[in-house]
Amino acid sequence: MKQDNQAQRAAILGTIRRGLGRGALPADQAAMLRTRLDAHPRHTIPARVALDHDALIELFIANATREYATVQRLADPADLPAHVAGYLREQNLPAELVIAPHPDLEDANWNDAPLLAHRFGRAQPSDMVSVQRGFAAIAETGTLMLPSGQRSPTTLNLLPDTEIVVLRDSDVVGPYEDAFDRLRQAGGMPRNVMLVTGPSRSADIERTLELGAHGPRRLHIVLLGDAGGDGAQG
Amino acid sequence: MLNTSPDFKENSRRAMQDAGLQKALDRARKPFAQTRAAAVARLPEFETLRETAKGIKNHTLANLDVYLERYAEQVEAHGGQVHWCRTAEDARAAVLDICRRVGAKTVTKGKSMISEEIGLNEHLAENGVRPVETDLGEYILQIRGEAPSHIIGPAFHLNREDWEASFRAAHTHLPADRVFHEKRDIQAEARAVLREQFIAADVGITGANFLIAETGSSVIVTNEGNGDLTQTLPRVHIVLASLEKIVPTLEDTVSLLRVLARSATGQEFSVYTTFSTGAKRPGDPDGPEEYHVILLDNGRSNMVGTEFQDMLRCIRCSACMNHCPVYLTVGGHAYGSMYSGPMGSVLTPAIFGAEQAHLLPTASTFCGKCESVCPMKIPLTGMMRHWRERAFERHLAPATTRYGIRGWGFVARRPGLYRGVARIAAWGLGMMGRKRGRFGWLPLAGAWTAARDMPAPEGETFFARYAREQRSR
Repeated sequence: MKQDNQAQRAAILGTIRRGLGRGALPADQAAMLRTRLDAHPRHTIPARVALDHDALIELFIANATREYATVQRLADPADLPAHVAGYLREQNLPAELVIAPHPDLEDANWNDAPLLAHRFGRAQPSDMVSVQRGFAAIAETGTLMLPSGQRSPTTLNLLPDTEIVVLRDSDVVGPYEDAFDRLRQAGGMPRNVMLVTGPSRSADIERTLELGAHGPRRLHIVLLGDAGGDGAQG
Repeated sequence: MLNTSPDFKENSRRAMQDAGLQKALDRARKPFAQTRAAAVARLPEFETLRETAKGIKNHTLANLDVYLERYAEQVEAHGGQVHWCRTAEDARAAVLDICRRVGAKTVTKGKSMISEEIGLNEHLAENGVRPVETDLGEYILQIRGEAPSHIIGPAFHLNREDWEASFRAAHTHLPADRVFHEKRDIQAEARAVLREQFIAADVGITGANFLIAETGSSVIVTNEGNGDLTQTLPRVHIVLASLEKIVPTLEDTVSLLRVLARSATGQEFSVYTTFSTGAKRPGDPDGPEEYHVILLDNGRSNMVGTEFQDMLRCIRCSACMNHCPVYLTVGGHAYGSMYSGPMGSVLTPAIFGAEQAHLLPTASTFCGKCESVCPMKIPLTGMMRHWRERAFERHLAPATTRYGIRGWGFVARRPGLYRGVARIAAWGLGMMGRKRGRFGWLPLAGAWTAARDMPAPEGETFFARYAREQRSR
């Protein structure tokens, strides 16, 4: 017979405390644990990210590329729509986009690329290509941090066959810890935070790696220069 | 749910004669070791991080009650619900309650070993809720009615011809004469078929690799993206997690993530590592309206404070089985448990009882490879030895085995007697085997000599020879 939730909780915690040979943790020790939670200390961080910012960008690009993503730097953010249109042509993809309703992307002049149909919002199952605004690019392993929110629907990262993620050079960080610190500063954990390293894949069939399992089979990352095109090209 | 652990010996015999399985094992053996080794070589801090990871989990387990309470508090603060479940039955009931309340007909599922442990699919199906596995490997196993044979590559025992045949049998709405030119065509078919299920589902159920006390988040790690679709599209997201998945902070979590993928698949990082914290927030354009965590105990709290506590550090990377000579000979199904290989040999008796699973801890040569690759430095062989002792004390092994071990123990503890017996045996065997120099059969060792000859001793024991050579110096 299913006991009520509180009784189950008490029974489980009671068994754990008996196993640990104590009752509830004494107040001073509980306070130490709270301090640890509040301070959330870092552990060993790989030396590979001990680099200046330009080198971190290079490391991010190298690692993301190794994981089958493609990366393009654009010194002038105004070039974004034309670049996206070119990418779609090159990949033989339909010129139809669903775009994250983020100011950086809403402000881009998508009408510069006149053959490009687009709308802003969450993705629908029929959408083939999405454009997302990334929150951080983690150089350590070429990983994107994509939090959910009003301006960055999670479905954009999942439903379309091709995802294009746009970030600024200044969004590139070294280790995961730096990205999470930025997220804390931006107001804490949203409902969903995806760390994405390359396009979807599976090796379930005879251990052969195949891209495009259930998520996007192509991941294209665009890094925009920060100061509106004053030569951040690398 | 446990199926055939008591038949481990018979299962193993069959597994070694299963040509398809042996083909799959041959394919996996080398890459398992090579991919991990390559990933470790690329990260000079790996050894330091193993020590860090072990320290984080030991700290967590020493304060498990506090971190669980904090975690539950944080989940609730973000609009989620925690269902504390002592037993598998409680967990099944809690999931079914939610499904019934929201009128769920179809449930999509990300890969979850807890789901296997509590026998969730059978329970849902019996009660009119259709579960659909969406991990590619789990999906084909569901079609075939098989259990997973590996904790992260559940269908690695299957070959391409099995995939094609199963898909043809299951997807009867597709043209019967379609051709699978490449393995990717098989994968594409699953993608198309499952896409419809993701969209149709009322509830999505995932497992969890970690639960974070600081934020109340659950974390899943996948390469396919199926877990993310499972938890993003339906109205309700249910997380199945056992209570030892708890980790204090985000920093602790990323430290464990640094060793997880490298130990598991040899990747630097898995494709999708996703943190879920509560239900859809105001203004969110997508995501589930309800977020539930089924927090399962099922025997784990009883391991706290015992010689098996270290097992609760396990992060389910599968490195131990990927390097185990026994696992790589008989595969996962022989163990008769969703947890196989060295970690399964320790965990299965703890969860399902030594009566059912006492043979699994005997499935080890104690070569120690599992411990040497375990990112959490779990003393797996020591714990298997503890289980063997318990099985011996509780008379779970057959009488002949127990008398044999007891007799051997009696002799081995008495050096004078041991040398005497060894002298007689060496002399006797030496005499009998003088002609051929080896034995094709020996009493009480028929199984051993069935596959190889026993070389005949030369008539003198090591001790005797050593003493003689010392004297002649």
